Amino acid sequence: MSTIEVAARTSEDHPPAPLNPARRRWTRFILPAYTLLLILYLASPIFMMFLYSFNDIPGDRQAAKFFGFTLDWWKNVFNIPGLPDAFRTSLEIAPVSAAFATVLGTLLGLALGRYRFRGLRPVDFVIFLAIAVPEIVLGASLLSMFVLAEFPPLGFITILLSHVGFSIAFVAVTVRARVQGLDRNLEDAAQDLFATPLAAFFKVTLPLIAPAILAGFLLAFVLSLDDFVITNFVAGQTPTFPLWVYGAQRIGIPPQVNVMGTLLFSAGILAAVVNVLAQRRRGRG
Amino acid sequence: MTEAIGAGDPPPSRLPERRTLGSRQRLTPYALLGPAGVYLFVFFLLPLALMLYTSLQSGGLLSGGFRFSWEVSNYADVLGQYQRQFVRSIQYSLIVTVVALLLAYPMTYWIAFYGGRFKSSLLLLILMPFFVSFVIRTIQWKFILGDNGPILGALKSIGLLPDEFRVLATPFAVVAGITYNFLPFTALPLYVALERIDKRLVEAAKDLYSSRWQAFRKVVWPLSIPGVFAAFLLTFVPATGDYVNADLLGGPGTTMIGNIIQQKFLLELDYPEASALSVILMLVMLVLASLYARILGTQDVARAAGAQV
Repeated sequence: MSTIEVAARTSEDHPPAPLNPARRRWTRFILPAYTLLLILYLASPIFMMFLYSFNDIPGDRQAAKFFGFTLDWWKNVFNIPGLPDAFRTSLEIAPVSAAFATVLGTLLGLALGRYRFRGLRPVDFVIFLAIAVPEIVLGASLLSMFVLAEFPPLGFITILLSHVGFSIAFVAVTVRARVQGLDRNLEDAAQDLFATPLAAFFKVTLPLIAPAILAGFLLAFVLSLDDFVITNFVAGQTPTFPLWVYGAQRIGIPPQVNVMGTLLFSAGILAAVVNVLAQRRRGRG
Repeated sequence: MTEAIGAGDPPPSRLPERRTLGSRQRLTPYALLGPAGVYLFVFFLLPLALMLYTSLQSGGLLSGGFRFSWEVSNYADVLGQYQRQFVRSIQYSLIVTVVALLLAYPMTYWIAFYGGRFKSSLLLLILMPFFVSFVIRTIQWKFILGDNGPILGALKSIGLLPDEFRVLATPFAVVAGITYNFLPFTALPLYVALERIDKRLVEAAKDLYSSRWQAFRKVVWPLSIPGVFAAFLLTFVPATGDYVNADLLGGPGTTMIGNIIQQKFLLELDYPEASALSVILMLVMLVLASLYARILGTQDVARAAGAQV
């Protein structure tokens, strides 16, 4: 193992025919520098949001100019009428939607990952479509249905139903990938030791796919929290956080939006990092 | 499975019993599939079918509601009336996809081949924008690209740009906004494909005296093409339907087909024409997605979507 690694590294550092070593020395920094630049570009609006949550603007709407530093918006984060309600709606829908999508998506992922059955390919294609479909088509079609059925009334319930719908496919593919990577022999071994299929599932399979289920839940949670396009179609008069922000931007967004955005961002990154660390520890142990 | 056990081998005592699936076990996948299958039928497939139905209705909200009447002329009407927006959406979306591929490829290549133990951290950084709402990110771009924002304002104050120069409300702003928002969707499938390439193949190419560039062009690039197609699908299709960027960063001259659909559905309440427009968009998506799935399978897109990279 170590010989192979050493060999690989040697050929990496000392190419067989270094025709132009002087040029190679600085060109090797091009790609990492480029990657760093692109990541900074991806982060720039997030940095802007964070910075401008401290902007000491004269009025109460975000301005392009940075006036100075203040903590006012962080102290009065809930002072804008309507915004806390929208924020709460989002935080109520996301966990419920993620929980339903996780249960349904996990079962679906298990079916697709473990079994070969008649109808597997069509189901697989439907999941693929659910991932590739433009959000506007999905939102418009859901609204078409709710309008035709005249039930349920547009609002919390229709948002929830729609969010569960678009999250299932993402949970399913996350769980399926893990299930396919599992060693079926482990479950067989449990059954050889006289565990019933159900007991083998709960004692062996479930703990092994738990990280994927958790990752699927987090994915569904973030998808629900951030969704604008589909929610905009089915929300009726119930604004979620993104919908409220979108409505407010016509007259200018209050800086508190930046505070809430920063809070959500920090919570999301924290959850993702914890998830990655937990998986890494599990992988090592 | 049964073929794996040679005919002459004495089968282990319990094995055959478990390998021949009983009827109960044969039903297990369907039982697991059932709940999500029903849910996806009711809240994904049925709405798409009903949208087709709505698109063939006629009538008006004020003149007694809509009735189903095989109103195929809805399609001719919207195609004629909004041809310019359709063409514009496809143009913007193609530019976005090509630019995003050019931007993302070198980065994902470097991460996949040289990221080492930082691979997952670097990927998390690429996915970082997803933790801030799409709407908030786009609004921040509106400030960054603003007429007197941090970039243009600075360039104007040192006299590099004329005062009346602006980026907002131009096609450039819309294309740049969509490119930004969809860049992670381009990067993930590219990464899936590049990461899968056996790095020893590159070593082998170099052992056979190919230069770095030749090794890339003859080994890495051909093997990464499935990823390029997956990235194309996951960028081009959603970008064509986008309306948020055109709405926030664009002007009257940058209206895309998504803006029309949204306006007809939510403001004018002209459901049949709005549905006809959405059905056209859906058909474009279906054709591209079916072609892709038929030729390359669904595995890569699924892996990218689950961020299983």
